[in-house]
Amino acid sequence: MQLTLGPVLYHWSPERWRDFYYRVADEAQVDAVVVGEAVCSKRAPFKQDYIPAVVERLEAAGKRVLHSSLILISLPRERRQTRELMQSDEAEVEINDLTCLAGLASRPFAVGPFVNVYNEAAAGFLAERGATRICLPPELPLPAVAAISAAVPQLATEVFAFGKVPLAMSARCYHARAHKLTKDNCRFVCEKDPDGMPVKTLDGAGFLSVNGVQILSDSCVSLLSDIPALRRASVASLRLSPQGCDMVAVARLFRDVVDGRIEPEEAERLLGEIYLDVPFSNGFLHGMAGHVHAGAGGGSLGALR
Amino acid sequence: MELICPAGTPASLEAAVEAGADAVYCGFRDETNARNFPGLNFSREELRKGVAFAHRRGVKVLVAINTFARAGAFGLWQEAIDDAVMAGADALILADLATLDYAHRRHPGQRLHVSVQAGAANPDAIRFYAETFGAQRVVLPRVLNVMEIASMVRETSCETEVFVFGGLCVMEEGRCSLSSYATGQSPNMNGVCSPASHVAYAERNGHIVSTLGGFTINSFGKDEPAGYPTLCKGRFATPRGSGYIFEEPVSLDAALMLPALRDAGVTAFKIEGRQRGRAYIAGVVRSFRKILAAIDEGRSPPAVSLAAMAEGQASTVGAYRKGWR
Repeated sequence: MQLTLGPVLYHWSPERWRDFYYRVADEAQVDAVVVGEAVCSKRAPFKQDYIPAVVERLEAAGKRVLHSSLILISLPRERRQTRELMQSDEAEVEINDLTCLAGLASRPFAVGPFVNVYNEAAAGFLAERGATRICLPPELPLPAVAAISAAVPQLATEVFAFGKVPLAMSARCYHARAHKLTKDNCRFVCEKDPDGMPVKTLDGAGFLSVNGVQILSDSCVSLLSDIPALRRASVASLRLSPQGCDMVAVARLFRDVVDGRIEPEEAERLLGEIYLDVPFSNGFLHGMAGHVHAGAGGGSLGALR
Repeated sequence: MELICPAGTPASLEAAVEAGADAVYCGFRDETNARNFPGLNFSREELRKGVAFAHRRGVKVLVAINTFARAGAFGLWQEAIDDAVMAGADALILADLATLDYAHRRHPGQRLHVSVQAGAANPDAIRFYAETFGAQRVVLPRVLNVMEIASMVRETSCETEVFVFGGLCVMEEGRCSLSSYATGQSPNMNGVCSPASHVAYAERNGHIVSTLGGFTINSFGKDEPAGYPTLCKGRFATPRGSGYIFEEPVSLDAALMLPALRDAGVTAFKIEGRQRGRAYIAGVVRSFRKILAAIDEGRSPPAVSLAAMAEGQASTVGAYRKGWR
């Protein structure tokens, strides 16, 4: 079972972003790394200049590098960015919207978690068009994951295994709205929240996180205790989504559980020491509400605080 | 300009036809459609009768099979497609690659519309659906303003349909798991959002508190009506302050935008609300018929009050207006 580091979904400063990947290249035990801006086209220019150096460093360290497309593509500049990415000869791309299929011709590609693949027929359709790997939507329950990987074995299936889970996209920027600005004049206020802006209920329970035009959960998905079941479901790879914690340590824990060096329960305890004060959840995989934290035995402990 | 009206029940279908709909849309009584609410929707027999009734009046029937098929149970969605075609549906409204591919291969002559749930938000995406599946119309997601819609329409030969009244998604349709995060029930998989089965109201310190799946969505003082806790229209707390951080409890009313949307080249206007009763359907359809007739004749649209029909207390034109973002 492989580990994939998903794209950084937050707006980190260009230098933090670059240095994060340098460290990942040198230290993280991951097999593949997805780079690029998936969430907001306005952020893309900031990291553009650093991408070649980051890719070179990651590849020199033996990691497979994938370039993420945007998730929501509607403006002319977003279509242009997408077309350029699809037509670049060097990059292996991870598509996050079906818009990308038009520009790919017959090149092989990876499918990201924002393309709606809920069943084996949709997965088969994409495999026929050149998809080689697919990170399934985070809300899919385990029986669906198993059915898809069994029916389309030529496609390497991946599941969203660590990170605040992406829940929604909008044309409206909620970071800008919270700062009484509009999206067009946002002053990049999302940079102030490198781990998302917390959204609590009126009685103070953690609920969601705002990341510009994207909504994430407040809880952090951890599928550490589900790794044996995922292996039985022929899942080829686990996706770790970068959060504001030590991702090298997170990757090491997942690697240790995959390789049988640590028991999942012990690993999840250690994970709580790496990513502090964040509740863990895995409800989606268990066919329950996403915020729920179900134990390995299937029992449920609410992540509600 | 076509007026597309919701029909949650056979009675609503008749009401919409009689009030002047050009087409009605409806779905089967199961998880294959995105309004899978208790007591709503059509049996196979009801659909056949509804199609016959509508066709006698020259009105089209569009069948929404617009959830994403459950892995290992694709047969249910295939059957829904076959039965809708058999019943004489004028078009199928589909969102999933799997259902679009199946319908296109199995029923090559059948007219296909791309559901708003597919989130086709630019001309390249629309072209993909048109070229790959022969889709003839796309229902646009509510992320675009009128100028953007106009430039999209110019770039594609596919017909476009837009929502003009009713419930308003503030997130991109087809890409929202907020409801399933709180309740385990999602629009994409179960055809429901913020389901009533997971809603509760309680009184706390003189306030009515509404919850969804155990999460507090809103809190109302004595003078405020306690609205339904639709997740994205709740009040929440952030370090920047508390309030309606995503959207107020508003619904869509784009009646005043109709001339601009027509000039943008939009083919069809859609009213949301398959979960609403026949009085709502009849009232809204009649009002929009009047407005469209006035626009057709070059008169300025009559000031029709639709406020009583709106689900929330207030209405918005949403993303159609520049600056909403």
